[in-house]
Amino acid sequence: MQGDAATIAALFAVDPVGLGGVAVRAPACDNRDQWLALLKSLLPAQTPLRRVPLNINDTALLGGLDLGATLQAGKPMALQGLLSQADGGVLVLAMAERMSLSSAARFGHVLDTGVVALQRDGLDTSAKAKLGLVALDEGASDDEQMPAGLADRLAFRLLMGAQDAGEEGPEWTAQEVLSARQRLPRVTMDDEAVQALCAAALALGIDSLRASVFAVRVARAAAALAGSDTVEEEHTGVAARLVLAPRASRLPPAPEPENETPDSPEDTEQQPEQSTSEPQEAQQQNESNADDEPSDTKDEAPSLPENLADLVLAAAQAAIPDGLLASLKIGKLQRAKTPTSGSAGALQKNALRGRPVGARKGEPRAGQRINVLETLRAAAPWQRLRQRQIAPTDGQKPRIVVRKEDFHVTRFRQSGQTTTVFVVDASGSSALNRLAEAKGAVELLLADCYVRRDSVAVLAFRGQSAELILPPTRSLARAKRSLAGLPGGGGTPLAHAIDASMLLADQLRKKGETPIVVLLTDGKGNIARDGRPGRAQAATDALAAATEMRLRGFSTLLVDTSPQAQDAAKHLANAMGAHYLALPYAGANALNQAVREVAGRS
Amino acid sequence: MSLTFPFSAIVGQDDMKMAIMLTAIDPSIGGVLVLGDRGTGKSTAVRALAALLPKMRAVIACPYGCDPDNAKCPNCVAHATAGRKTESSKKTSHWVSVPVVDLPLGATEDRVVGALDLERALSQGIKAFEPGLLARANRGYLYIDEVNLLEDHLVDLLIDVAASGENVVEREGLSVRHPARFVLIGSGNPEEGELRPQLLDRFGLSVEVKTPDLLAQRVEVVKRRDAFEQSPQAFTEHWKKEDDRVRRSIVAAKKRLPDVAIPDEAREFAAQLCMSLGTDGLRGDLTLVRAARAEAALQGARKVERAHLIRVAPSALRHRLRRNPLDDSGSSTRVERALAELTAPKPDAFNS
Repeated sequence: MQGDAATIAALFAVDPVGLGGVAVRAPACDNRDQWLALLKSLLPAQTPLRRVPLNINDTALLGGLDLGATLQAGKPMALQGLLSQADGGVLVLAMAERMSLSSAARFGHVLDTGVVALQRDGLDTSAKAKLGLVALDEGASDDEQMPAGLADRLAFRLLMGAQDAGEEGPEWTAQEVLSARQRLPRVTMDDEAVQALCAAALALGIDSLRASVFAVRVARAAAALAGSDTVEEEHTGVAARLVLAPRASRLPPAPEPENETPDSPEDTEQQPEQSTSEPQEAQQQNESNADDEPSDTKDEAPSLPENLADLVLAAAQAAIPDGLLASLKIGKLQRAKTPTSGSAGALQKNALRGRPVGARKGEPRAGQRINVLETLRAAAPWQRLRQRQIAPTDGQKPRIVVRKEDFHVTRFRQSGQTTTVFVVDASGSSALNRLAEAKGAVELLLADCYVRRDSVAVLAFRGQSAELILPPTRSLARAKRSLAGLPGGGGTPLAHAIDASMLLADQLRKKGETPIVVLLTDGKGNIARDGRPGRAQAATDALAAATEMRLRGFSTLLVDTSPQAQDAAKHLANAMGAHYLALPYAGANALNQAVREVAGRS
Repeated sequence: MSLTFPFSAIVGQDDMKMAIMLTAIDPSIGGVLVLGDRGTGKSTAVRALAALLPKMRAVIACPYGCDPDNAKCPNCVAHATAGRKTESSKKTSHWVSVPVVDLPLGATEDRVVGALDLERALSQGIKAFEPGLLARANRGYLYIDEVNLLEDHLVDLLIDVAASGENVVEREGLSVRHPARFVLIGSGNPEEGELRPQLLDRFGLSVEVKTPDLLAQRVEVVKRRDAFEQSPQAFTEHWKKEDDRVRRSIVAAKKRLPDVAIPDEAREFAAQLCMSLGTDGLRGDLTLVRAARAEAALQGARKVERAHLIRVAPSALRHRLRRNPLDDSGSSTRVERALAELTAPKPDAFNS
């Protein structure tokens, strides 16, 4: 991988603006630092290379009113944001995996347009900001991904481990990069190569057209770096390997004619060793079967018989590591997860924090924050008058006279968001009874959550453990999708489920949201906390977990899904302090009603 | 300003292009909401729109770009009363391009609605109103990229102004109301967040864009993009003719629009369609008919035909359907299904 890392650094240095950037997924380690140092050495001297902290505010990022200078000068002075300061250079984003969607959108906009449009604090300007990004993504698990919208705008993905041996790859010098930059505008590319890259992207299941555009640009940059004026086969190969392969969402239909099944996912996933080992061979085979298998429009295989297309594809395929597709599936499910910025501490009861929603008149006391700008705004119109009134005491008039009535404080609004956590029993006993009905009920509730702008999360438990199948989201479509694909069967790890939901509810509460836990179960646990089967121990553990839940004071609703109302579930509900609802006699609408009541009570 | 990618050079995405052209023909249709996958050229299309629009007449030095025949903003009214006395020169209006105003993310409320002019307040001690983006967008377009990520308090503002066509500013001792009629254009990726139903309703048309999955189309997209980047000048020059043609067709359709008849049958068909889909309110019917009329004008037809209605129905109604979580099919398929049901059983109902 080290060789590729060096190549990526060099290619990016050749065309930082055109290629958007590099998403570096690596822990903070020497390897990463070395790579950054390498990149820095490859970029021409005096290229701005700025680091952006995670929670940078809009004024620092986009620009805004420079209050100090404004007061000095007596007229509005603009503060240049980091984005426009980095014009022509590179910005390094720290902890991109925790970046909020709205920050990502700001960066995305600048990458798209090369301009920072500023409409803030009475300023109306736009500044050039043609730049490349290096997003440092330290996500340790699949849950933590940088916002997909931003990742899509960066040409490269670079995976690095702390332990990766520094296997020597090709080396480039800043001089080579410089001459490649000069050569780049002259590099020509024939249509066949463009076509090959597009075909490969299609075959690898890459939807976004940006990937293809980037692949073309990378091929050009690779040619320029190699000192060639035309894009050759090897350059398109590099582009496919570095740009297309990491984005693959499926493996291309295997070229072997004996592959009789019309590509079921399990089948294709086992193909890589076969089809990638010998690109030449694969190519030949494809040539031979191109005749007896006319291009099928339903199958999205590249219908081009061109050798180049196959070569490009083979190059991309060879770079797809094992298990990537499995992790991609998870990533896909979670890609729209909204990362939150920082962990909030206690419950946000007072209106001293949250989202600022304008300012109001008032003195900054009891921890309320003064809004300097609004205060100045309020004072501004009166300055002439007030200056006249003030007798110059020591020959010097104050520049600005601010009076008590000018003070403004910032108002904050609590997020006040409710998140409903559905804990769905998908074990064998439940599945037999009413998993389908429970799903239906959850869907009804989802519609209600949509109306109330609530978030939902879905936890499912079966077999040995509970699993968060849908992280908190507002997307109804995704909730539906994740529910539809929910399999049933296996044991009932009830204690685990309660623990997991408690953990999630705790997290949500710390973020300042109000969690509501809706547990759909028949109350008959048979897997204990330690994972061993056994009804008695399981019941004790579940009750213990339920008691803890009550002590933490979450709003809970227990929906008994057993055919007849059972004592087990009732006991559990009592221990949990939960609203108890027996589903057999309650339609889905009654369930809906019940959740509303619980929400209203909290 | 750097060159933008020409509108006519956008490959495919006919629905999106149609919707944008229809609102250019008849702004009263309302805005366009473009939802779709990443990297499908949503914002490219909207940014290309500005180059397509025919110029309009506006009062010189009016911050709201008032129409000289219908100047109602406070500035123009003040001028008109003062102008009578001083017998000002005849040349009061000029040709300007239709504003396409970008509402960038991170914009603050004061810049959107307008606020106290800080510079004049600080330097001269004068209390003056500095118009914001809503003022600039008057008679034109307001474009919000990533509309689903817009801050809630800005959404509230927009909902109000988009409905009333007037911006009322009451802040810092200022009390200003000025016209703010604009076509709202929003784009976004639905995976990143939902849109408030009230805001959805403000959009006349909504289109879903998908990545083309035909190789030839994809190759064409990449090639044109590449050609544009290699030499923007030459590329825009190359497509200028085509863009001019689109502009002429918009101008012609605009002229033709008042003469396009809407037969009662067409209204009935639209109403039937809306009823069978159960859309809330009558805005759906109205938008559907207006969009169909603009489409008819664009096609050079004398009256609205069923084909025009069918063509625009998905865009006009898709976002007005009640969410039904138990129905898995997308909104577009539901509209198409309803269309098929309406057209199939009694084909003579409309023609008779």
